[in-house]
Amino acid sequence: MDGVHDMGGMHGFGKVEPEQNEPVFHDDWERRLYALYRAMSYAGVWVIDQARFARERLPPAVYLASSYYRKWELGMEKLLAELGLVGPDELAAGHALRPGKALKRKLAARDVPNIVTRGSYSRAPQAPARFKPGDRIRTKNIHPTTHTRLPRYARDRIGVIEAVRGCHVFPDTVAIDKGEDPQWLYTVVFDGRELWGEDAEPSLKVSIEAFEPYLDPA
Amino acid sequence: MDQKHEHHHDDEHDSELSEMQLRVRALETVLTEKGYVDPAALDAIIEAYETKVGPHIGARVVAKAWSDPSFKRALLDDATKAVLSLGAINRVGDHLIAVENTPKLHNMIVCTLCSCYPWEVLGLPPVWYKSAPYRSRAVNDPRGVLADFGVKLPVGTAIRVWDSTAETRFIVLPMRPTGTEGWSEEKLAGLVTRDSMIGTGLAKAPSEVA
Repeated sequence: MDGVHDMGGMHGFGKVEPEQNEPVFHDDWERRLYALYRAMSYAGVWVIDQARFARERLPPAVYLASSYYRKWELGMEKLLAELGLVGPDELAAGHALRPGKALKRKLAARDVPNIVTRGSYSRAPQAPARFKPGDRIRTKNIHPTTHTRLPRYARDRIGVIEAVRGCHVFPDTVAIDKGEDPQWLYTVVFDGRELWGEDAEPSLKVSIEAFEPYLDPA
Repeated sequence: MDQKHEHHHDDEHDSELSEMQLRVRALETVLTEKGYVDPAALDAIIEAYETKVGPHIGARVVAKAWSDPSFKRALLDDATKAVLSLGAINRVGDHLIAVENTPKLHNMIVCTLCSCYPWEVLGLPPVWYKSAPYRSRAVNDPRGVLADFGVKLPVGTAIRVWDSTAETRFIVLPMRPTGTEGWSEEKLAGLVTRDSMIGTGLAKAPSEVA
């Protein structure tokens, strides 16, 4: 969706402000929330792109005004309600009002060393890869109202396939419960001027990781 | 909720719980009562990310690559496999890609759409990495972003920005500082900053750690 989360190239957000000796978390609620999110992900109730899409669907003003973990918290509340796992009435009451549903699994402390390693998103291909390194492509001019990982700044632009990264779960379908539909993934590199015009930094190259359905031959 | 997670504030003005403290407390209570989560597992996750996983892991990978040319080749060829081969270092999931800085090319990593970051080798990302200023400007004003970090590259150094739009993850292999000939891997790792592995910084000079 063409939301405010798709920030590449936007103006007006100001300087980057690094914090010296930044702690991993800034408040205890951030710690607990992060852990809750990971534990529920482990339970198999959502996949990563569903969680991203929930945050993308927050109202734009809320998205922009919220801290990072506040967005996670609001996205999680939204998803839990949509999945019928926790009602807004229960969050308002601060207690469970109905028994929980059966989940795929439950994270125990002894499993935690395994979850700090990410799972694989590679899947068996459904067809041979359409492109190879060196091929010129044009990204599609698409504006789905649902989740996509093709950023706005890189749509309808000519680029070159730099690497084939294997065949992966397709975010655009898995985020909306339409299955993994595995697709070839490529590193596609663009000249800065192709993206930003003649005034772009002359030496700049920008790459995205692009799924095959985003690309046409050029 | 576990006692050790309660804050005690002497300051009266600070004694009210914030909106977010209340929301997260309600969320944790409900998820626990429904049997979805085990608070002991939550404690273990927090401990792992506060004490075990962090940029010290990536720093060891970089120091090894600086010291061992065959490891460096393996790292640039398949970072997932190369990092796994170190064994003693944290396990790493699929799709890790290492990109090398040279005098002619500087690499920078961003996720314009959310906050994708190589957790296993760098830990959780800093706030600025997830912020609108970085996500918006890294792709079209990387030299300006570097200036915000106090970094000025030579004019002849080209810039390559990697937008992490899928489940591939990137780590920058910064240039080895001069004057470090004969240093041990452990000593070299002390020069490798988190920002140098994101591409918003350079490795420290020996004089900075003396």
